[in-house]
Amino acid sequence: MIAVARRPSPHRVRRVAGRVVLNLLAAVFLVVMVFPVYWMVATAFKPGRDILRLTPKFFPSPATLINFRDAIERAYFLDDVRNSIVIVVCTVAIALTVAFLAAVALARLNFRGKITLIILFVGVQMVPLNALIIPLYLLLDAASQTDTLVGVIVTYLAFVLPFVVWTLRGFIANLPVDLEEAAMIDGCTRVGAFWRILFPLVAPGLVATAVFAFVQAWNEFIIAYVLLRSPQNQTLMVWLASFTTERGTDWGSLMAGATMTSLPVVVFFLIVQRRIVTNLTAGAVKG
Amino acid sequence: MCAATRTGEQDAAAELRTEGFRVPLRWRRRGRLAPYAMVAPALLVIGLILAYPLFMLVSLSFQHYGLRQLFAHQGEWVGLDNYVSLLRDATFWTVLRRSVLFAAFNVGATMVIGTLVALLMERIVKPLRIAVTTGLVLVWAMPVPVAVDVWQWMFDFEFGVVNWLLTNLHVGNFIHHNWYDDPIQGFGVISVVLIWAALPFVVITLYAGLSQVPRELIEAAEVDGASALQVFRNVTVPVLRPLFVILVSLSTIWDFQVFTQVWLILNARPSQSYYVIGVYSFVESFKAAQYGSGSAIAVGMVAILFVATFFYIRYYVRQAVGANEATA
Repeated sequence: MIAVARRPSPHRVRRVAGRVVLNLLAAVFLVVMVFPVYWMVATAFKPGRDILRLTPKFFPSPATLINFRDAIERAYFLDDVRNSIVIVVCTVAIALTVAFLAAVALARLNFRGKITLIILFVGVQMVPLNALIIPLYLLLDAASQTDTLVGVIVTYLAFVLPFVVWTLRGFIANLPVDLEEAAMIDGCTRVGAFWRILFPLVAPGLVATAVFAFVQAWNEFIIAYVLLRSPQNQTLMVWLASFTTERGTDWGSLMAGATMTSLPVVVFFLIVQRRIVTNLTAGAVKG
Repeated sequence: MCAATRTGEQDAAAELRTEGFRVPLRWRRRGRLAPYAMVAPALLVIGLILAYPLFMLVSLSFQHYGLRQLFAHQGEWVGLDNYVSLLRDATFWTVLRRSVLFAAFNVGATMVIGTLVALLMERIVKPLRIAVTTGLVLVWAMPVPVAVDVWQWMFDFEFGVVNWLLTNLHVGNFIHHNWYDDPIQGFGVISVVLIWAALPFVVITLYAGLSQVPRELIEAAEVDGASALQVFRNVTVPVLRPLFVILVSLSTIWDFQVFTQVWLILNARPSQSYYVIGVYSFVESFKAAQYGSGSAIAVGMVAILFVATFFYIRYYVRQAVGANEATA
């Protein structure tokens, strides 16, 4: 038998070509999406003359740290870093503690008014921040708590709590009751079972929720912008916004500041990336 | 293992059922207050900062609350006056129309592009898929002020890289082009920022949803000779419908009340032609110091949003109650 020369059928060629095109499209999409992030970091490392160029330089060489130095030395940067950290750490710590208690109650206990509470916790997440900032400002003004970190922390707590309670409730509810029951039959008190069994299992959920709360508080802008008027009390987000109100923006140090401000969030997001996607997958269709 | 009275705990254990806890007999008296005590702190904070101000917002909208009232911490009741002047105000209707159109455009574009990209993600090689997911998460992490600053820089009038790119692609001459002179172009830039930031959530969620569409259904349809488009329309969409409802509702909520992006991209001084309802409410309250009419605008915004996303809210609340019943 004469061996027939092997040539892919036209159908096969079309399919492979189709796949190549799709992969190319995806690559283009990836480049377009990520380019602004790259451009921010690249600009941050460029000296002034390479930034203010009619023909953009796509790769920062020579690279320099001068923009980072300028950003750090810029008025109130370090103050605002400290404020952001204080606000976020306090918010997350208090939110987790308070939310955990409420979440355990909602997940494990039955009591009157539970359904109403659940609807409240869920529904309250729907209220637009833009609208609430008006009465919030007046309320805090009456209590002389505008322009204070405490006022901002309390406000952030309120906005972060419903989500944190609901998520933790979900984690706890997913843990089998039998474990605690078994511990209690073996002689543990309710609190003992809680502490030794429940808590270690819920710890990863706590970490993920803490990261989410951290990101929300760190990135928040409107509340901080309205409440914090003195530059030394502001957060990093407000500091970033203050660049743009001046004529002749210093793009180099702005990009350096932006890079530094995004860093914690990016790091945390990449760490919990898998969990985000898993959480979204679970119950994405079934609800 | 734990210090406890044996017999007491055995009584308690006898009360337990496998489907969730019933408060055991021994604890019933002491424990009855426990849930309320545990929920109280969270409730207190939420009630104080969310519920009460919400009530206050509505009440404010019926008052005249200018600078004098601000110093006195006391508003002046004017009934429906704020609402009446609002409905008579041509600016309000222009702003409302603009906000609806702007939101519709952004939600539509986000959903269309997001769906296409999610479908694309199913058909590419795994390393590329991981790269795209990582890139999307990276974009998702960017805070709004950072995103605005970066895009402002990329569209910069003199040195913006997008201006340079468009000019070199012979789309036109965009060197020394101020994008914000013409509101249509200005809103175009703002849309780019909004859609860019919104895509990661939509794409990742939809892709996760797509992976849950039962393979058997798709294969059965393909065996019956359905084209890719028919498979999408008749199998995928019905299965993913709850997800689409959620995403469209969330996008509508976010895009209708947009404030920060518009405010910052115009350096905190937007002209009236850039007012969307979130900006209008803010300017009226905090710039003109008319907290009463600003509140009325905000109430209008909330009411419209509530109506527009009614189905989402109903679905979400049902789901929450269902989740509770599943574990009760």
